[in-house]
Amino acid sequence: MRLSRTARLVLAAVTGLILVVIYVPLVVVLVNSFSTSTSLTWPPPGFTLEWWVRAFESTGAREAVLTSVQVAIIATVISLMLGTLISIALQRFDFFGRDAISLLIILPIALPGIITGIALNNFFRTIMGIPLSIWTVVIAHATFCIVTVFNNVIARLRRTGTSLEEASADLGAGLWTTFRLVTFPQLRSALLAGGLLAFALSFDEIIVTTFTAGSGVTTLPIFILNNMFRPNQAPIVSVIAVVLVIVSIVPIYLAQRLSGSEQQRR
Amino acid sequence: MTTTQVAAEHHPVPRPRDGAPRRLSSFLTSHPRTRLALLLTAPLFWLVIVYIVALALLLVTAFWTVDSFTGEISTEWTLDNIITVLTGSLYQTVTLRTLGVALMVTLIDVALALPIAFYMAKVASPRAQRILLIAVLMPLWASYLVKAYAWRSVLSQDGILEWLLAPLGLSTPGYGLTATIITLSYLWLPYVILPIYAGLERVPDSLLEASADLGGRTWRTLGSVVLPLIYPAVIAGTIFSFSLSLGDYITVNIVGGASQMLGNLVYTNVGAANNLPLAAAIALIPIVIIFGYLAIVRRTGALNNL
Repeated sequence: MRLSRTARLVLAAVTGLILVVIYVPLVVVLVNSFSTSTSLTWPPPGFTLEWWVRAFESTGAREAVLTSVQVAIIATVISLMLGTLISIALQRFDFFGRDAISLLIILPIALPGIITGIALNNFFRTIMGIPLSIWTVVIAHATFCIVTVFNNVIARLRRTGTSLEEASADLGAGLWTTFRLVTFPQLRSALLAGGLLAFALSFDEIIVTTFTAGSGVTTLPIFILNNMFRPNQAPIVSVIAVVLVIVSIVPIYLAQRLSGSEQQRR
Repeated sequence: MTTTQVAAEHHPVPRPRDGAPRRLSSFLTSHPRTRLALLLTAPLFWLVIVYIVALALLLVTAFWTVDSFTGEISTEWTLDNIITVLTGSLYQTVTLRTLGVALMVTLIDVALALPIAFYMAKVASPRAQRILLIAVLMPLWASYLVKAYAWRSVLSQDGILEWLLAPLGLSTPGYGLTATIITLSYLWLPYVILPIYAGLERVPDSLLEASADLGGRTWRTLGSVVLPLIYPAVIAGTIFSFSLSLGDYITVNIVGGASQMLGNLVYTNVGAANNLPLAAAIALIPIVIIFGYLAIVRRTGALNNL
């Protein structure tokens, strides 16, 4: 198929236009965070740093960040352990039900968040009688974070193969020694990438969180949602939104670079 | 051979200690099934107990009821909630509205994703391709909440859209169902672009050339060669936009004005109305629709493209 010059230009223009539409709203939020208007007025009547100062001085926002970081760290650690175990099991063994298990890992992010959310809410409150707390949020987040670790680790295991591990075993190393000195060093950057993605995923999850958080638990996304509809809070929400984008994009960028440089080296 | 022997004499390899860890390790090496069981126990325990059991119990809860005086859940079996949800006019209206929104969002996303994915996969230079891929991926990871909020800013009465459209005699749609559709399309667009792009990448250029050599014009090639090949990938993309839109309630809250979707009804019944069994029954509607959709598209092979 030979595309005419016009067709190429039209395609390029459409692509460019879509990219503009993708990025303009994010830029608007960035600009609004410096605007003197409190009601999202465009163009901004003036510029100020007041909202940035107020956002950083707000104790509510700071506590929310702290809560989010705690939840994300614990959920990431749990998902790293479970994700590594299950990827080794699925990659290094062939057994009945393997496909069912890989579907099971994807399910928590494939189904809409509201279903995961209400299922866990019902499970904790009605069935187990456990009051919602920060721990119920951690359990929920760990469940859907397993998949990011799993994807990274299983891709790495597929690439590295088993020959080095077999060599290690032939030289007399036990299973644990082989894992510590051979398998783990090969997995390290995949674990870092998977862990960063899991952290980012947990850090800005909102739907499952609203269903599993106890009344006193305010993560950063919950804080944003609570403040979004309050009069005159819009600029502060814009500031936090900008921070949230940076916090989630930086680790993703690092994770991409990690897996990218890894691929080039091999 | 001799050199290794010499080396061994000078640096004798220490005999492995024959302790309990060593014996455990040998036992596991010769029993792969036990090894597998040990690896799987913790993650499967977590996923099955926390997730599958919770999902199954959600289904069960839909058949329970709430005592209207005490607010306690009574575990007597009843079909009341299911009947309420199936026959109540509120639930029918909201289900149809949600379904309509999800279909519109899916159509818009496919219409936007096809040209951009085609440009990325078949027209752009390899370098531009990498940059475009990152440009599309980045917003995927920006917070869902931030993106919905961004559209709240864009669509507001004094927002940038009003400012851009006013000179043309048009105005922003404001907050409502249209705003919801726009915002949801925006949110799920990268999820639709990526599988379609991956599908197009797999279409060999030689096939396109063969079609051209046989006299197929651009549209004929697109319709008869490209589209059938990427069809499963397109369906895979629609699974995301469709199922994620069906369950959404936060975007509707942020840009939807007073409109309600199924998610809002679920949320109100979990929180303010404190009627978990009814909420569970309402949540079954999107679950049934999604599994129905998955069953329909299963034979296209779309599920392998996720």
